[in-house]
Amino acid sequence: MSAAAEQETVQEKNYLNADHTLRSWLTTTDHKRIAILYLIGVTFFFILGGLSAALIRLELTSPTGWMLSNEMFNKTFSAHGIFMVFFFMIPAIPAVLGNFLLPLMIGARDLAFPRLNLVSWYLYAVGGTLVLIAMMMGGVDAGWTFYTPLSSIYSETQISLTLVGIFLNGFSSIVTGVNFIATIHKMRAPGMTWFRLPLFVWAHYATSLIMILGTPVVAMALLLVVLERSLGVGIYSPELGGDPVLFQHLFWFYSHPAVYIMILPAMGVQSELIACFSKRKIFGYHFVAFSSLAIAVLGFLVWGHHMFISSQSVYLSVIFSLLSFLVAIPSAVKTFNWSVSLYKGSISFQTPMIYALSFIGLFVIGGITGMFLASIRTDIHLTGTYFIVAHFHYVMVGGTVTAFMGGLHFWWPKISGRLYSEFWGRISALLVFVGFNLTFFPQFILGVLGMPRRYHMYGIAPEWLFYNVLSTAGSTVLGLGFFLPMIYLTHSYFKGRKSTQNPWNAKGLEWEKAASPPITVNFTEKILVTEDAYNYDAISDAAQALRTMEKRGQLAVVDDEDAWWDENSEDKS
Amino acid sequence: MAIQAHESNEPEVYFQYEDIDQQQDTYLIGMWAFLAQELLFFGAIFFIYFLYRINYLHDFAQLSGHLNWQLGGLNTAILLASSYFVARAVHRGQTGEMKKQVNWLWATVACAVGFLVIKFFEYKDKIGSGLFPNEHFAQHYHYEANPEVARLFYSLYFVMTGLHGIHVLVGIIIFVVLIRLIKKRSSLITDYIPTELCGLYWHFVDLVWIFLYPLFYLIPAP
Repeated sequence: MSAAAEQETVQEKNYLNADHTLRSWLTTTDHKRIAILYLIGVTFFFILGGLSAALIRLELTSPTGWMLSNEMFNKTFSAHGIFMVFFFMIPAIPAVLGNFLLPLMIGARDLAFPRLNLVSWYLYAVGGTLVLIAMMMGGVDAGWTFYTPLSSIYSETQISLTLVGIFLNGFSSIVTGVNFIATIHKMRAPGMTWFRLPLFVWAHYATSLIMILGTPVVAMALLLVVLERSLGVGIYSPELGGDPVLFQHLFWFYSHPAVYIMILPAMGVQSELIACFSKRKIFGYHFVAFSSLAIAVLGFLVWGHHMFISSQSVYLSVIFSLLSFLVAIPSAVKTFNWSVSLYKGSISFQTPMIYALSFIGLFVIGGITGMFLASIRTDIHLTGTYFIVAHFHYVMVGGTVTAFMGGLHFWWPKISGRLYSEFWGRISALLVFVGFNLTFFPQFILGVLGMPRRYHMYGIAPEWLFYNVLSTAGSTVLGLGFFLPMIYLTHSYFKGRKSTQNPWNAKGLEWEKAASPPITVNFTEKILVTEDAYNYDAISDAAQALRTMEKRGQLAVVDDEDAWWDENSEDKS
Repeated sequence: MAIQAHESNEPEVYFQYEDIDQQQDTYLIGMWAFLAQELLFFGAIFFIYFLYRINYLHDFAQLSGHLNWQLGGLNTAILLASSYFVARAVHRGQTGEMKKQVNWLWATVACAVGFLVIKFFEYKDKIGSGLFPNEHFAQHYHYEANPEVARLFYSLYFVMTGLHGIHVLVGIIIFVVLIRLIKKRSSLITDYIPTELCGLYWHFVDLVWIFLYPLFYLIPAP
């Protein structure tokens, strides 16, 4: 068997060149093509969200509010939040990387419901379009949280249309969740037991649970705001005996778990990256797997920590505070286990690994500051300030976006079949790390000093100017760090060197059994799984043995190493 | 979508599945996962309902007396019957008696339509009395109850029964499509599982009404 020749023939026909028409892309049910559609969608909304962030940062370079009106500033940060949270962060990893990789990782030919998968993309696209139309018709000023009664009674902006868009987008993520759960339960290849699943799959299972159990609640909450605005139905209206704080409860019942929809898949990516680039088994596989489920379950019990300064009873606050501290335990289990997995590993600092290591550092800062906010007294001082903004961004950008970038680089050879420029990859990973810290660390200080979020003037305390300018400068670097990959990844898609099947020498069915890029039905052979996930130790043990034999001069027997492997490897066909 | 060729009497298996058992199990798990999200969707508004009912115990009881419990009861009976009919349809699907299966499905559709017709007359009566909860709400229609709570009560009534009504409507569409596919002997339907899936959905819709009926029509005086 000539591996190279087979490689060539496999690459001639793959999911990307199976058909070229636009129609074939828009009516595809191939999970890999739908992942690409999602990638285009989330990148588009990431750019829009990034541009609105740039406006916010520019405005804050002066204490006097030199560029935007009050109303315009409100609309800008609302647009930033809505684009980034609902249309970038929530679908980014599950719908792009998850969609692409889940069937490949478990040895299936597609997701359980391919047509439903396409429906989910169309729900996302239509929802996104409605929100864009709402933005063009004047935008919304109630923030991404849409607190009543501002959103239901007082705001005169395009709230209803935006909420309908978000409602549809929510059903897109529910559909994805249903699809993933059915797929993980029933589509695993023979031998792929639950505890042989890559941790990426475990993380997506936990994420899917949150998607189907949390999203419908926020869908109902937002629907009632729309009905209140359009028909006059008064569930949240204090004039009618309704309770506006009820909206906050329902909203956070979803939206706190929703931050775990955003971070759990990132943690899944993280496990894959750490294992591959240290060539080690993930330490404590079972703990890492179950910590994902623990985060998903605990996530539903902590929503009240967003409401310490609402009318919530103080006894309730104490309970929510205690439960919020508990979330630290499974998060720490993951962080420690990744760190321990690096021990005695053969670590290589390629682009995805730089992102993975930044993730650990940034996530620890984001997580620890979360503990400050879980304690009631500190929270009362810090809530509504830039401390919250910084904490949230350390977890969401430092965590999720960093992992998304790492994962995108790691699987790019699989997705596109091409290699990107490692030089530019490392440069931009470092730019993201430096730019990110420069942008958001000053915001912690601003928050402790008392600068409120969502204000565009701070003439009362001009000494905040220094930190704000620092933050804006950092955001320029961060922006460059995100802009470069768009250039060199796109370039590599058309002009990059062709990738081999497994350029990272990684474990996992997607690398070992599927071509780069994979064919439409993913695999050419029947998959039978015979080993645990991340069986890298076997590789390093073998390498160690070879080295020892070489030293002792015992290796002379094997003349041609490749031929020896071909004869002795299990997967010869 | 590519469908693997099979012998004429064998159910068709989509390319992503190994065999028909895997396909059917997957469909069922998918449906249950979907119903779990439906449960939480209705759960949110049931939660709101209980919150306000606990806050306004007396008003809710008085307002409940003005709903037509006879019509509501009739609708409950109709939906319960329809659930029985659809269970029969699934059974006939399993035994492969297509004609009887289709008849039971038509009986289910008839019940669903009957339910909506009765619901329509109930709505018409309430809206005619100015009880739709918008700014023209007939504040003093119920002298004995707090007018604000009355509007809240009717908000919940219209939203909850309305969402349930939409689910009934969707059910009708699903069953009519299913019947057409069965009659056309479509390649999509060569066994009972599609009927079973529609039946699961329909039982859920029925179950929601089983809770809605006592919660709105039969509130006892505290």
